[in-house]
Amino acid sequence: MQWANAVVQGVILGGLYALLAAGLSLMFGVMRLVNLAHGALAIVAAYMGMVLVNETGIPPFATLLIVVPVMALAGWILQRTLLNTALNRQALAPILVTFGLAVILQNLMLELFTADNQSIDVGSLAGASIQITPNIAVGVFPLLTFVVGVAVIAGLQLYLAKTTTGRAMRATSDDREAAQLMGIDHRNIYALATAIAVGLVGLAGVFLGVRTQFNPTFGDVTLIFAFEAVIIGGLGSLWGTLWGGIILGVAQVVGAQAFPSSGVLLGHIVFLLVLAFRPTGLFPKVVNG
Amino acid sequence: MTSASVTSASSTVKVRRSTMASYIALAVSIVVVIALAIGPFAFLTKGNQQNLVTLFIYIIMGTMWNLLAGYAGMVSIGQQAFIGVGAYGVVYAADQMGVGPIAAIPVALVIAGVIGYLVSFLAFRLSGGYFAIGTWVIAEVIKLVTTQIQTLGAGSGISLTAFSGYKPALRIATVYWMGLASVVIAVAVTYLLMRSRLGTGFTALRDDPTAAATLGVNVTRSKRIIWVAAAMGCGLAGALLAENTLRVQPDSVFSVQLTATMLFIVVIGGIGTIEGPILGAIVYFALEHFLVDLGAWYLVILGIVAIIMVLFLPQGLWGLISGRGRISLFPTGYRLMSNQASTTPVANASADTTA
Amino acid sequence: MALLEVENIDVFYGDVQAIFGLSLSIEEGQTLAVIGANGAGKSTLLKSIAGLCTPATGEIRFNGERINDVPPHRRVPLGISLTPEGRRIFPSLTLEENLLVGAHSKRPGYWNLATLYETFPLLADRRSRLGTNASGGEQQAAAIARALMSNPKILLLDEVSLGLAPVVVEQIYSALPAIVEQGTTVLVVEQDVNQAMKVSDRVQCLLDGRTVLEGKPSELSRERIASAFFGI
Ligand SMILES: Nc1ncnc2c1ncn2[C@@H]1O[C@H](COP(=O)(O)OP(=O)(O)OP(=O)(O)O)[C@@H](O)[C@H]1O
Ligand SMILES: [Mg+2]
Repeated sequence: MQWANAVVQGVILGGLYALLAAGLSLMFGVMRLVNLAHGALAIVAAYMGMVLVNETGIPPFATLLIVVPVMALAGWILQRTLLNTALNRQALAPILVTFGLAVILQNLMLELFTADNQSIDVGSLAGASIQITPNIAVGVFPLLTFVVGVAVIAGLQLYLAKTTTGRAMRATSDDREAAQLMGIDHRNIYALATAIAVGLVGLAGVFLGVRTQFNPTFGDVTLIFAFEAVIIGGLGSLWGTLWGGIILGVAQVVGAQAFPSSGVLLGHIVFLLVLAFRPTGLFPKVVNG
Repeated sequence: MTSASVTSASSTVKVRRSTMASYIALAVSIVVVIALAIGPFAFLTKGNQQNLVTLFIYIIMGTMWNLLAGYAGMVSIGQQAFIGVGAYGVVYAADQMGVGPIAAIPVALVIAGVIGYLVSFLAFRLSGGYFAIGTWVIAEVIKLVTTQIQTLGAGSGISLTAFSGYKPALRIATVYWMGLASVVIAVAVTYLLMRSRLGTGFTALRDDPTAAATLGVNVTRSKRIIWVAAAMGCGLAGALLAENTLRVQPDSVFSVQLTATMLFIVVIGGIGTIEGPILGAIVYFALEHFLVDLGAWYLVILGIVAIIMVLFLPQGLWGLISGRGRISLFPTGYRLMSNQASTTPVANASADTTA
Repeated sequence: MALLEVENIDVFYGDVQAIFGLSLSIEEGQTLAVIGANGAGKSTLLKSIAGLCTPATGEIRFNGERINDVPPHRRVPLGISLTPEGRRIFPSLTLEENLLVGAHSKRPGYWNLATLYETFPLLADRRSRLGTNASGGEQQAAAIARALMSNPKILLLDEVSLGLAPVVVEQIYSALPAIVEQGTTVLVVEQDVNQAMKVSDRVQCLLDGRTVLEGKPSELSRERIASAFFGI
């Protein structure tokens, strides 16, 4: 029964990973850009949420109304300034620039907030849980995170599939030059994609900050877990990313159940196994552009 | 198209090789190395020697990262894996296998090479930015596995005891000479590697991947050779690190900060040249000394400088000094950073999948 | 005043020059065919008009306005639309979605999904097929239809017949009169000289980036075209 509990907790943890990974997946899908500052940005959002709660006393969920738009705007500016320039340079430039950005953000946070662990206080919600069976209890907040994660993936999928801009994004992803011939300004599409991605990472960061303790270096594992979710699920597939997050979450929690203190390692190993035997991921996109 | 780029690739190599400047540079290098070699007898204190070993380690790290990124186009964020393997490897070989502190270095090198070879089969399934994170995951796995091994001190690390019979002065000088020899070997091997057929193959590859493939440049094999060489080089740096500090701790020898250091060294010095990482290492080493009081701000500033350099001065300081690559002291006939005409992302992605 | 004037342009790819002092002009409503062998510079010419290549010297004017510095995505709203060589259909979009993307600039006019399905009946049945799964002929029809969705003043067609079976080429070219009927100016690039002569009011033949022959199809003999085409 404790195994069943581990699986349930793992699935729920996977929702957070999917939420963290959605933006990474979107940016890669639209412009083949891997944002190595993705994890650091999530932690920036977590600190932003924490400061807002501590300084203004507004409820944690209300911080999202500020954090998400601010992060989205930051993403838009980031793309219009640094990243579009980097994409016009040689192939290594985007990787080097986003890694440099991660180092900058992480050390800025160290200066501002020290290396101490912090978290966002949500009061009684933090401990609330729902008893499903006598042995399985699910935390209300983790469950909420999971629901938000699924909703974000579904919403993003719908946006890409059904809206005019979503279609333009897919077209630009398939063939940037041909998209320009349709009158699409790829720089705007890219900026929009990054705005959405960084806005979502802001959302994810606040949830992460409530759920676990964090410090400035936490961006590293955040990036790694998000990346593992994307690769396990298969590049270019948002639903795949959700499944990837769930598989990673289950591997970590069940792994920790079997070998205490090795949960993270077992998550990595599942990732490496997928890489070794199914390098296109478990749920690859049907069409590759 | 095919024939044009191939002739230009080979002619670049011919034109750039063995200029007057390169003979002078070789002569100066030999004089500097000899002077450094007799330093411990003459003008270098123990403290100087230990500091210089740190510089040597930086030069090796920068040279290796440049070998990967600057020549073979592979951005790794997992090179700390091999620093850690080299560091633990040298302690294991010297103390537990009992081969002594000098012979332990080649043993550590071989261990790093073997692990590098094995993990390449996983890492090479990814390309571009995902290759970068993938190498990082591999480094994390190696770190986590290492911390499970009790004989290697598990999570708390391990000390190197093989030097216990040495007097401090001799110990420090021994490490110093090994460090000096290591730098010379690492740079020379990189130089020769890049002047070999392998190096010219990468030139052709950069100019035109499809043409290079039809020419029989086996991309994956060439990349794997470079990858293993860089793993061994980073293992060497890790081995020196362990011998210089006598203590190995998983959180420091496997820190991603080490790879960030490599990136800064290479980007600041100049990617895709032999001279760039050497210059970058010296600059980084000096900055670290002078800006030590700045704490984390130091890395913030370095990050900003690195981004500016990548975007606006991709040839680095060496490019600035040498007039955008017209002078080359160690000509390998290869420049990665020449601006590519904007290719479509689709074309980029398909070229990358060869990795 | 001509709708499109290209005046004395030089175009380079890096150090390689592809077009040498080329000029061309088209009156509104005309159909011009540009012919030439492989590597003559035909695609480069069209890419320069659409904005994907920038001439180093010379001028391109559309409606009398210089457009050299207008980026490709802003030339579409002006009324310039290119069907690129190799069709470049978006593989992960359905054919209908491909057409809808073509309407991104929202230029009003005769062409919309309904009129295009009427003109290209083979697309109507295949509208929900993914671009990557469509046949060459379907892709080519979709590429032309996609370009028409922006209701261009001038339609640039690059090697429509390339790699298609003669029946399919026939089928696709049969849509041309309907396009011209809407007052659209058409610039076709073709290697298939017969096809080019059949559909155009005027022919211009390129060789190694220069114009070597131009005139009305009825006035040009087969021999003159052959010698201009091959440079003999
Ligand atoms: N992307 C490119 N980079 C370098 N050179 C190019 C490029 N595209 C074309 N060229 C060169 O420019 C010249 C003109 O090419 P272009 O594609 O315009 O010819 P074309 O007449 O369209 O030929 P085809 O009938 O084969 O399509 C050729 O010599 C070609 O090799
Ligand atoms: Mg052509």
